[in-house]
Amino acid sequence: MSATEQALATGDAVPLSLRGPASTGVVAGYGFWLFLLSDIVIFAALFASYAVLSGETAGGPTAAALFDKKHVLIETACLLASSVTCGFGSLAVQSGEKGSTYFWMTVTFILGVAFLSLEVSEFSHMLGMGAGPSRSAFLSAFFTLVGTHGLHVTLGLCWLIVMLLQVATLGFQPMVSRRFFCFGLFWHALDIVWIGVFTIVYLGAHL
Amino acid sequence: MSAEIEAQGKAPGVNVHTHGSRGSYLIGLGYAILLTLASFWASSTDVIYPHGVPILLGVLAIAQMGIHLVFFLHISSAPDQTNNILALVFGIFVVGLLVFGSMIIMAHLNHNMMPMDRLMQMQR
Amino acid sequence: MLGRLSWAAIPFDVPVVMIAAGSVGLIIFCVLALVTVKGWWPYLWREWITSVDHKRIGVMYILLALLMLVRGFSDAMLMRSQLALAAGHAQGYLPPEHYDQIFSAHGTIMIFFVAMPFVVGLMNFVLPLQLGVRDVAFPVLNSVSFWLTAAGVLLVNVSLVVGEFARTGWLAYPPLSEIAYSPGVGVDYYLWSLQISGLGTLLSGINLTTTILKLRAPGMGYRQMPIFCWTALASNLLIVASFPILTATFAMLLLDRYCGFHFFTNDLGGNPMMYVNLIWCWGHPEVYILILPAFGVFSEVVATFSGKPLFGRRSMVMATMVICVLSFLVWLHHFFTMGAGADVNAFFGIATMIIAVPTGVKIFNWLFTLYGGRIRFTVPIYWTLGFMVTFVIGGMTGVLMAIPPADFVLHNSLFLIAHFHNVAIGGVVFGVMAGISYWFPKAFGFTLNERLGKAVFWCWFFGFYLAFMPLYVLGLMGATRRMQHYSNTHWQPLMLVALAGALLILLGIALTVVQLVVSIRQRERNRDLTGDPWNGRTLEWSTPSPPPVWNFSLLPQVERSDAFWATKQQQGTAQDRRDRSVKQTYETLHVPRNNPTGFFLAFFAVLLGFSLIWRIWWGAGLGILGAVVVCLVQAWRTDGEIEVPSEKVAAFERLHGLKERAV
Repeated sequence: MSATEQALATGDAVPLSLRGPASTGVVAGYGFWLFLLSDIVIFAALFASYAVLSGETAGGPTAAALFDKKHVLIETACLLASSVTCGFGSLAVQSGEKGSTYFWMTVTFILGVAFLSLEVSEFSHMLGMGAGPSRSAFLSAFFTLVGTHGLHVTLGLCWLIVMLLQVATLGFQPMVSRRFFCFGLFWHALDIVWIGVFTIVYLGAHL
Repeated sequence: MSAEIEAQGKAPGVNVHTHGSRGSYLIGLGYAILLTLASFWASSTDVIYPHGVPILLGVLAIAQMGIHLVFFLHISSAPDQTNNILALVFGIFVVGLLVFGSMIIMAHLNHNMMPMDRLMQMQR
Repeated sequence: MLGRLSWAAIPFDVPVVMIAAGSVGLIIFCVLALVTVKGWWPYLWREWITSVDHKRIGVMYILLALLMLVRGFSDAMLMRSQLALAAGHAQGYLPPEHYDQIFSAHGTIMIFFVAMPFVVGLMNFVLPLQLGVRDVAFPVLNSVSFWLTAAGVLLVNVSLVVGEFARTGWLAYPPLSEIAYSPGVGVDYYLWSLQISGLGTLLSGINLTTTILKLRAPGMGYRQMPIFCWTALASNLLIVASFPILTATFAMLLLDRYCGFHFFTNDLGGNPMMYVNLIWCWGHPEVYILILPAFGVFSEVVATFSGKPLFGRRSMVMATMVICVLSFLVWLHHFFTMGAGADVNAFFGIATMIIAVPTGVKIFNWLFTLYGGRIRFTVPIYWTLGFMVTFVIGGMTGVLMAIPPADFVLHNSLFLIAHFHNVAIGGVVFGVMAGISYWFPKAFGFTLNERLGKAVFWCWFFGFYLAFMPLYVLGLMGATRRMQHYSNTHWQPLMLVALAGALLILLGIALTVVQLVVSIRQRERNRDLTGDPWNGRTLEWSTPSPPPVWNFSLLPQVERSDAFWATKQQQGTAQDRRDRSVKQTYETLHVPRNNPTGFFLAFFAVLLGFSLIWRIWWGAGLGILGAVVVCLVQAWRTDGEIEVPSEKVAAFERLHGLKERAV
């Protein structure tokens, strides 16, 4: 008796693993989940480098001297809020409501831009006082870790624009909805990475 | 969006119940704000034993990541999420090894392979 | 205007390079001319270049790997002949700065552009067929992955003619690979070609993992899945988890080189040891990525040609997943001598010895499968038996070096070289050769010539032992790796034996080409009309050879492992199955449409990579812009599938049934 027949005979639901090929939505979502995990591993390598090199200031500026906690708190608030508005936008996509989608995703976009401008201002301030990435290993690691996160946010915002254009031109086709799911996963994952960044890099600096 | 459970599990982030799950995001937001403020407070207060602060920060960060996973990404222990959990666990395993393994190894290497002049500086 | 690029980049004064480049250029020109004159471009574009069919992509990966095997092996011949000559006062014919590029290119090409494409190509071709589905999870992404790999291949080969290659060895350790000590473009060629192909590999890992976990025929649970699929799952999980480490580490080195960062420099706080640590965090899982699918091939071959189910299926699966996890716990054994100390070394030494255990379990399971079976000594079984002897020896020398005190003597000696070639050739190459000869009839509809296949095997088998056993001895005598010349003339006889071995392998490669030509000539005689030339056990043998684009006209309903074997027991002869299938009603199917996205993305990737290497900033910008445009065009594509009407499917099945009946 096959495993499927056994399950049916005992009255249990056929296990998911025996039901045949999954739907496109599930497949796309899982594939993107795996991609996100691979992205997290990239960040892990950068975190590892930061952890190892954070003390190597080569006589230059240290973390405690450079980082402003209030600034980081505002950045964190922007990103966290954008995660929630992104969630509301995802719900609008699932219900197929165009107006709601545009509204919540635009708010997400604005919050993301706010985050980025705060980060850019911090970076240019540091560059201005000679604390650039080529000054020491610590600064190289800092700029790369935080900069990579910022680059991901930037790419996410570009992707969001494309997605909004897709909704405008193609409507809520399954393909478009699937891509919005993936965007949502991406955006939430970036907030998760940011938790690591502000804890280890910024709060860790003041210890 | 149909409310049926699809073959082979659900993609992470997919919500079966479209109605009323704004609550999920708002609850998550609430917890996240609490944990974030707690972290910022913990790193600047004198009240906590100093050597315990890094551990507390670590716990708060992991807790907040968990909040995000559960309330924003809708990870759960349902059978249709098993593949997602397994992938996540494997990812955490690799991340942990990479970060902590590197830190331990590099600490040993740096100690053993320290240039002579720095060693002598340390001993002075 | 053109960054650092000028005519001085082409080494007109180095005859070896000019002759090699000239010959290759001539061959490429002749091939392109032939294709143009015969009017084959539309066919090639439609059926191969823009194909998103996993079977076509798998074949292209393997062709790419075979081509690069020739390039990588030429590097090997150069090294062997140089070392056979350069003893005592003789200097050989390759100066050090040239020799350094050769061993770096040899390693880089063999690992990234021979072994990886071979293995990924096999997995691509076989997995959907064994899982009983029509294609992989993301067919267009599959094409992108292949073409990005090809882009990396192109960049590495261009480095031979325009500029230079890295002189740092295949892993490019800093500080030698930093801009201060490698100011030329060689390391940049290395880094950019591997970043581009690495992205392709990562996407492939995601694609195949998703396929195995989410796309299987109804009834095929994890316990019913073929062992090759399990090993492929482990391998692809390793790709997803480890390749990002490579990407990040190379990115940090690139930032050091291009933007003056200090991750791995000697000054301002940089730590070169961190690079070694990170790169081997990737490097060790990488070797398991290569060997696990080979293990999967052997499992399939052994079961089929013994006529028995695989012994100890559950322990095989457990062993595979244990290896998958343990492969992340041993990476420090690649740098015992860097100075982490006895405690850390002891942990990793013990872990390395433990990881040998599940592999031992596998060897015993294969042996017990063969025992008591009616073994048919076909070419795949030859490769398998050769593997079992050779890989065990290589594994044992590995466990020997897992003991840190022993490794302090043998690290970076020719003993190490002999060990990893032992497991790479005995394991990966033999596995790929077994897989190719096993699945060739499925891909092309006719079997390969058996006698020539056995001749190829014997050349590789004896060639390997002749080429590498002397290296074990030389390593114990104190010979180091990457040396262009040696003063101890007592080593020369062993080097000559090694050269003889290399020549024997060269004969084996030449015979592979001959075998291909002869087999194509004899194809009518060796037609596979039943789709099941080996009396196989798994689902791929239930399809015609070659399978139609849609793989299965009816998705199989799986009941137990070795699904096709069960079907054959229940449903009688091929004749009965054919009769039944002719009476079936078929539905209209959907297959993915051809897509040029992969090819165009790779084109812009090459432009981007080449421009970055030569600091041609406008070219880089153009490359990025082009890639973005290609992605946007793909994003708006809504006609991704073609319909295959049910009549066409039925007609195909009738035709195949007629062919089979004619047997």
